[in-house]
Amino acid sequence: MTFFFLSSGLFLGWSLGANDAANVFGSAVGTRMVSFKRAAIIASIFVILGAVIQGAGATHTLGKLGSVSAIGGAFTVALSAALTVYWMTKFKIPVSTSQAIVGAIIGWNFYTGLPTDYTVLSKIISTWIMGPILGAVFAIILYYIQHIYFKIAKIHLLKQDAYIRFALLLVGAFGSFSLGANNIANVMGVFVSAAPENYLNFGLFKLSGVQQLFLLGGIAIAVGIFTYSKRVMDTVGNGLMQLSSKSAIITVLSHSMVLFVFSSTGLSNFVQSLGLPPIPLVPVSSSQVIVGSILGLGLLKGGYNINYKILGGIGLGWIATPLIAGVLSFFALFFVNNVFLIPVSNNDSRSNITNRILEKNSKVIQKDTKSLSIPVIDSVKKDSVNNIVDSSMLESVDSPVSENRKEYFDKLEIKSDKKDNNISKYFNLALLIGILAGIIFLISRWLNSLYKRNKLILSKNSQILEAQKALAEIETKYQLLENKQMEDQLNYKNRELTTMALNLIEKNNFLELLKSKIEEIKLETNDSVIIKKLNNLYLLISQNQNLENDREAFQMHVDELNKDFFYKLNSVYPDLTKNEKRLCVYLRLNMSSKEIAALTNISPKSVEMNRYRLRKKMNIGRDEQLVKVLQNL
Amino acid sequence: MFFKKTESTIRDIDEFLDTIDQGILVFKEGVKYYLENDEGNFSNNLDKLYKLEAKADTIVLKIRNEFFEHSLIPQYSADVVSLLDHLDDIIDTAKENLFQYDVEVPDIPKKLNSEFSKLTDVSCAAAEAVIPAVRSFFNNPSSIKDNEHRVYFYEKETDVLASDLKRKIFKDSKHLKLSQKIHLRYFTLHIEQISDRAEDAARILSALAIKTKD
Repeated sequence: MTFFFLSSGLFLGWSLGANDAANVFGSAVGTRMVSFKRAAIIASIFVILGAVIQGAGATHTLGKLGSVSAIGGAFTVALSAALTVYWMTKFKIPVSTSQAIVGAIIGWNFYTGLPTDYTVLSKIISTWIMGPILGAVFAIILYYIQHIYFKIAKIHLLKQDAYIRFALLLVGAFGSFSLGANNIANVMGVFVSAAPENYLNFGLFKLSGVQQLFLLGGIAIAVGIFTYSKRVMDTVGNGLMQLSSKSAIITVLSHSMVLFVFSSTGLSNFVQSLGLPPIPLVPVSSSQVIVGSILGLGLLKGGYNINYKILGGIGLGWIATPLIAGVLSFFALFFVNNVFLIPVSNNDSRSNITNRILEKNSKVIQKDTKSLSIPVIDSVKKDSVNNIVDSSMLESVDSPVSENRKEYFDKLEIKSDKKDNNISKYFNLALLIGILAGIIFLISRWLNSLYKRNKLILSKNSQILEAQKALAEIETKYQLLENKQMEDQLNYKNRELTTMALNLIEKNNFLELLKSKIEEIKLETNDSVIIKKLNNLYLLISQNQNLENDREAFQMHVDELNKDFFYKLNSVYPDLTKNEKRLCVYLRLNMSSKEIAALTNISPKSVEMNRYRLRKKMNIGRDEQLVKVLQNL
Repeated sequence: MFFKKTESTIRDIDEFLDTIDQGILVFKEGVKYYLENDEGNFSNNLDKLYKLEAKADTIVLKIRNEFFEHSLIPQYSADVVSLLDHLDDIIDTAKENLFQYDVEVPDIPKKLNSEFSKLTDVSCAAAEAVIPAVRSFFNNPSSIKDNEHRVYFYEKETDVLASDLKRKIFKDSKHLKLSQKIHLRYFTLHIEQISDRAEDAARILSALAIKTKD
């Protein structure tokens, strides 16, 4: 049964893990410096250690605010706080578990009529204000230290990255430890009265009852980290302000330091030993502190990067959290106390419930005494309901029928108990039906929202698919266009090549013509000087006519531009020689045998012969054209 | 575990920058050999540049994989990889240009040799200046400005020299055919491209310097 009552605390622990782990590792995960899996493992281990080793200090202060003495009350208070945190987490608002639990405890104080210790309350609220301010101050100091260090050290950017990653893990571990130490009070503080008294011996160490309780709470926080914290990490990591990895270290470290300051008994004692007032050990809001740290950094950089809209949302959450938790706690306590008849406080539980039962009984007694025509006793009528059932009072009434009356009241009592049991049965049945109806309603709503969400996802997916299709079409079109352009370019180059070849041939022909003209002039003249000059000119032309260089350059051009063609030719006809491949290129460019002959410095007849051999080698039939085969390759 | 991966990537980046630097030097020398008609050394440099370019491609691919696989400096990784790609473009352009010299064999008149040589030197100086700027980005981002302004300066100088050279080709070299002039203009543009690529890299570097500033 105790475990059932603890379930609300565990739920609160889960909510805390889901929400507040983001404060420690949100920036690191948001900046992709640390993977979520690694962050979750480290956070879980150190939260549990912090809770078990150092969780007692803050719990003590929370106990002073309102000592929830009955486990039913603790269950309700924790449940109210947990529901508040859960809803706010669902809406992605970084909510404070500390504020939720304090609001819920004050709700309990109001319900039970116990006074709230305003000194403790003001101490807690002052730390809520001090927490973010201290966070901002720490962040600014740490920023300067870090800035100066990196300026002096001149570390390679990649090494810096590695150091920062490592530091983020260390700081995250410290932050998780502090979170566990400071915030376990929120989760399990109200259940301390239900802690077992015996020690749990692990051989190397022993765990007290309270520590066992904190271990359980720590595990619940760890489950919350693993199952739900990734969503909130997005908001903290990137929502309020774009954080660099260096800033992430600063914010997490300052946050961890603040939590440590407000949870460390050793530090508080040390401060006290210096003659200073002790540090109040209070569960501070982890969310408030991290926002304070980020704000401190943001303000230091001129405040341009701060997203004030999100900041406003977070502020609204801070005000709303204790209020919602308090109101919810009050009504939940009323419901649990009066409907389930579960005591929510050791001070007033018995009287509350007994009063209500006795009130019912007195009405039944009055009704039954009338029906049985038994004289009504004034004193009985006048007395309080409590006194009516007091047997000693009944016995002291002076009446001749006192013995009978006693018997009668005994019977009446049994009868009224039976009747009460019947009423209780009917009521419980109705309550069960109501709860079932409520659950069915909630499930149907949940299914409905799930259906709507799925529908939305489907429609979004189909939209994405359509967009992808359109994109693919555009890409295909673009590819086709690119291919066309490349084809045009190739054609242009080929045309250029043909022109170049033709120019070469023409130049050759022209020089040949010049040479023949010189020969003619030489025959017509006898002047030895002119003949000598003509001979020199002839030699010059012959030297210039040497086509080898041009040919080489041209062939290089041909090879360079027809790489693909050569590759294809090689793959289809691997036996072709280099000259045959070049012939294929010339033929592909639609050159005549005469032109090819001029280019390759062989006779047109040899070109024809080579063409014939090529046809044979390529196994081309009589009805096929060699040029077309090459062009279609 | 973190530091081992990091050391290896740092070594790769250093090697990549060395390769680019060497590539620029080889290109510069190659152009000079071409202007001096030293075919043997020219083809030797062309071969060297081919190898350096291939090496740079391999290293940049390796660095890119390391960055994304191990999510190194995740906030700037895309920019850093883009910066390295732009540096790789410099050596790609250099190789392409020297190859054009080899294939197209531009007929550069001797009186323009010194202008072409100077243009190559200044354009390469822009590319050479970007390497220490990149090194300073990794080691000491605050000193980027000391190096990157040189890149912009040499790039502007290259533009001025290229304009002068083009003017000389088209206005003062009347003995050249139009086709030859156009050919030479293309080679002026090719050389200018080196400093343009360096300027592109410097722009990314400037953006990165602002992003990484605290």
